[in-house]
Amino acid sequence: MTDAAQRMARVPAIAPQLDLGRVIVALCIAVVLWLALVPLVFLLWQSVLAPEGAALPARMTLDNFRTAYFSGDTARLFLNSVEFAAGAALLALVIGTSLAWMNERTNTPFKALFFALAIIPLVIPGVLFTVSWIMLASPRIGILNVALQKLFGSDAVFVNIYTMSGMIWVDGLHYSPMAFLLMSAAFRSMDPSLEEQAAMSGASLVQTVWRITLRLATPAALASLLILFVRAIESFEVPALLGLPVGIHVYTSAIYQAIHSYPSEMGLAAAYAVTLLILSSLGIYAQSRLAGEGSRYSTVSGKGFRPRTIDLGLWRYFTAAIFIVYFVLVVLLPFLVLLWSSLQKFYRPPSLAAIKTMSLDSYRTVLDNPQFASTVWNSLVLAAGSAGAIMFLSAVLAWLVLRTRLPGRWMLDNLASLPLVFPGLVLGLAIMVCYLTVDIGIYGTLWILFVAYVTRFLPYGMRFNSASMLQIHKELEESAAMSGASWSMTFRRVVLPLLKPGLLAGFIYVMIVSIRELASSILLYSPGNEVVSIMIWELWQNGQYVELSALGVMLIIALFFLVMLAQALGRRIGIAEA
Amino acid sequence: MLSVKSLFTEYAGGTGAGAVKAVQDVSFAVPEGKLFTLLGPSGCGKTTTLRSIAGLEKPISGEITVAGRVVYSSASGTFVPPNKRNFGMVFQSYAIWPHMNVFENAAFPLRVRRLGKPQIKEKVMQVLTAVALAELAERDATKLSGGQQQRLALARALVMEPQLMLLDEPLSNLDAKLRDRMRSELKRLQRELNLTTVYVTHDQSEALALSHEIAVMNEGRVVQIGTPRQIYDQPKDRFVADFVGSTNFIPGTVTAVVEGRCVVRSALGELKAHASEGVSRNGSVTVSVRPEDVELSEGEPTGTADDNVCKATVSSRDFLGDYLDCYVKVGDALLLAKAHPSLRTPVGHPIYVRMKATKCVAIPAK
Repeated sequence: MTDAAQRMARVPAIAPQLDLGRVIVALCIAVVLWLALVPLVFLLWQSVLAPEGAALPARMTLDNFRTAYFSGDTARLFLNSVEFAAGAALLALVIGTSLAWMNERTNTPFKALFFALAIIPLVIPGVLFTVSWIMLASPRIGILNVALQKLFGSDAVFVNIYTMSGMIWVDGLHYSPMAFLLMSAAFRSMDPSLEEQAAMSGASLVQTVWRITLRLATPAALASLLILFVRAIESFEVPALLGLPVGIHVYTSAIYQAIHSYPSEMGLAAAYAVTLLILSSLGIYAQSRLAGEGSRYSTVSGKGFRPRTIDLGLWRYFTAAIFIVYFVLVVLLPFLVLLWSSLQKFYRPPSLAAIKTMSLDSYRTVLDNPQFASTVWNSLVLAAGSAGAIMFLSAVLAWLVLRTRLPGRWMLDNLASLPLVFPGLVLGLAIMVCYLTVDIGIYGTLWILFVAYVTRFLPYGMRFNSASMLQIHKELEESAAMSGASWSMTFRRVVLPLLKPGLLAGFIYVMIVSIRELASSILLYSPGNEVVSIMIWELWQNGQYVELSALGVMLIIALFFLVMLAQALGRRIGIAEA
Repeated sequence: MLSVKSLFTEYAGGTGAGAVKAVQDVSFAVPEGKLFTLLGPSGCGKTTTLRSIAGLEKPISGEITVAGRVVYSSASGTFVPPNKRNFGMVFQSYAIWPHMNVFENAAFPLRVRRLGKPQIKEKVMQVLTAVALAELAERDATKLSGGQQQRLALARALVMEPQLMLLDEPLSNLDAKLRDRMRSELKRLQRELNLTTVYVTHDQSEALALSHEIAVMNEGRVVQIGTPRQIYDQPKDRFVADFVGSTNFIPGTVTAVVEGRCVVRSALGELKAHASEGVSRNGSVTVSVRPEDVELSEGEPTGTADDNVCKATVSSRDFLGDYLDCYVKVGDALLLAKAHPSLRTPVGHPIYVRMKATKCVAIPAK
């Protein structure tokens, strides 16, 4: 023991020193508090505000809620919203559950291929999916109508997409891949011996499915239904494109209309938004309660069992046919109709005459449009920027939540997940109100979209990071500390590199959803700051269907490659875990 | 060298539950160059104690000093963070970083200390050679066997020339044969480098084989501190006797105590025994005697005055290869004896039992 060390020994520990780590942690906490809470406060404030009139100053009022709740349209709006959301959720659930069961539990041929295909619809942005179904099933120009009319030689309208059932059909189909993924997970974690026991007890296949499989899947199905309901009640593209032209209003389209009316009724929009927020919060709350109770039904018996599949006999060709029909409806038809329309000079249904007029002009128009390059650039920069910010922020947050004993860390977790209950349009409105009031110079720039995306997709980043953080043994960090590394060094040299596969997968996922995002962007963009989804929206409003189709085809192909990349990375993580 | 004084720690319990006391009033000292073991069942607080020394846990009170340097003291509010303590630690999982190769894993402590490249290379290769991993320096850390990972973890802890070495069950993840080899390897390294070491294990044979001194812990407290022989031969209480090795317990009452020895009236008759602390006349005690100290013979043994001899019958016998587990009945009491496999007395036949008085330890009953 040297003298120097002896002297060092007597130096008492200094009060918490300002090191880089603490600063980063404090900053991240501040950022998540700001992102998650402040817009909400402004939204509530706006909803009880009456605008400054010619004679009157702005004042507090409950008029907005009075209009929102007690006008003649109140009941209609509410019932429409619920009917639309419940219908779409049910349709998606029925489709998704059947497909998931066939895929996970039966010997349907080519199902491995199908699982890969089932992810593809996720890449088609809602606005394109809706537009393609308009081209398929609108009463006048819809290809299906034209074909059926030719077939029967009549002028009758066979299918009309501009109805409540049309809206439910399109939205339900659009969310069915999500239902498929949710229910696949549920079926995969089900102990097959429970079904085998039913068979041993003398139950037929149908009896087993009806009395055992579906009963066991009920909690998962209910939880999925709630998630789908929330998603559907939040969806904007379908009600805006299909409902608004024929006067079928739901909350999202009502909000949009209130803002775009003249003079714009921000207060009323905020009141609607608060209502929508309450509905989606209730849904998410019920879903989390259900998930808690569902653990009673938990049938997972740990890793390592290989679910045995049910032999359908000849019926397996029937189930394979269902797969094919589904794939045609959800991927092939929408994509082909866009492709077809993109090859025309002006939109017309397919015919021999139309084939002769095929050209690539629309692509040329889109690519030559000076707005195109800047729009794509905006989308890419925004998507990459927000994905990067989200993944870093959520890595720190996930670390704080899972690795420290910080008091109140559960609240941090909840705050970071809070944006899940914000419908895109509501979040857009809240952010708009917030930065119109607190002018820090980001309104009317790309930065406001950046803030919106970071807020909206932060929960996804949390999920990716929490999942991979849970797989990193705590001792890997502790041994870095024992080796003499400070917090920031440990985080940089050990935690982040170990999170890398999850970070990359999450990064690409957030990029994909950011590029598709429309509902928030539509309230926040400003001329010159368009993103790709907005450009599609504008092309639709201008009636430039062929240019829209060309842009859509290119976007779908680009997103498709991004998804493939994400999946390949995801598999790499899978291997690393094994 | 290392001194731990009145250490208390607690965990915040689950929701609603109060704090869970993990370590209570733990004190011990480890002299320079010695290997000190914390031994106990899971949940006894041994790992928490080790992690408190490491600085990975913050105790609620007490004091920890290493070579005169206070690293934790509740009285003066001192808490040196783990990365400033300069202690080497080998974790139970080895905590080998999968994104670095063998060399980089071992070099990490030097990199964070910003040593020069040639110096790092020299030092790392030196420790890797010491643990026989030098040829694998460029290998992916994920491609190491369990034993190699353990040695790499050791190398990483050694490379920083730590003041104190902390080992958290470092052998528990290895298979039995490898465990024995690594145990003697570990012992050789520790003795050669003269590293002051705190070792945590639940395996009593590891503790007995490796340690200069052992602290047996139970329910957050240190029950007994002593050399391996003291712990094994003279357990202070029933828990220690039971946890370290297997033993027979014979309840009885003390009839006389003289100079650390006593006579106990029991189901086996009067037993002469070693009196541990707290044994007093007329007190009830438990006499602990190890199975290998219960000697069996068919003919009457020639005992000295210090031997306890009694007659018994063979109740059951299990042949285990290198020895024979033999239960004998003395009155109502059943005794386990570890006998030589050549003993052939059949079940039901009479047999003589001899137990040396020094091997019978009277422990006060609680």
